[in-house]
Amino acid sequence: MGSRFEDIELVQIVIAESLTRLRLDDDESEDIALAVREAVANAIKHGNRENPDKRVEVEVRLDGVEIEIRVTDEGRGFNPAGIRDPRETENLLRPDGRGILFMREFMDDIDYTFLDEGGTVVTLRKRLVSCSSEPTKEEEVE
Amino acid sequence: MKIDARHEKGVTILEPRGKITIGVGDVALRNAVAEALTAGASDILVNLEHVTTIDSSGIGELVSAYTTVTNRGGKLKLEKIPPKVSDILQITQLIQVFEIYDDEKEAVDSF
Repeated sequence: MGSRFEDIELVQIVIAESLTRLRLDDDESEDIALAVREAVANAIKHGNRENPDKRVEVEVRLDGVEIEIRVTDEGRGFNPAGIRDPRETENLLRPDGRGILFMREFMDDIDYTFLDEGGTVVTLRKRLVSCSSEPTKEEEVE
Repeated sequence: MKIDARHEKGVTILEPRGKITIGVGDVALRNAVAEALTAGASDILVNLEHVTTIDSSGIGELVSAYTTVTNRGGKLKLEKIPPKVSDILQITQLIQVFEIYDDEKEAVDSF
């Protein structure tokens, strides 16, 4: 996908369709969709600096008990240790800086890979508590 | 995203409907608050009952609106927040910043 905020809705449709097939409960689905929304928004805004010519790639892997979503941008990366805690009193009234907190809260695990050729991969994982089917599926949105 | 505005006892009540998310509803909320302030409003109540999704940008816009209104000597409060928005306000610890009401009459009378 290109780096346009409106394209986030396309990703949301694909994610929602994948989650519907898993028959997750609404709360769990909503958590995953929100975390993906944040990861893609960060890739567009901070990674690709809203350059519509730069690509964001979203991969979804399902193995029946866990969902893994990888969001790759073409940005220069960042220092995760330098991210301020938006819950600290001095940051509470800042309008930005909550995206990673959302991802951490709504998923079980988040990690970053900084590619040698440039680009950042954010990997989100969540163990599926309410899953009532056992598909093996890999989908990709480019 | 659609935002209705109405008035009750001098309080401007904004009612966003749909998503308050990056590049869409966040801008609409910013504009609605700016329009209300330009029209002379100082006390604003945001009814979140019909908000289906809010992301970190949407939360950021609520915070911006809160600080803008407060810095002008007014008040911005929230009412009828859906469970997911409540969760998010807890997670972000903004629950301690915003005054939140379930009942609109009580909310309006609190200004």
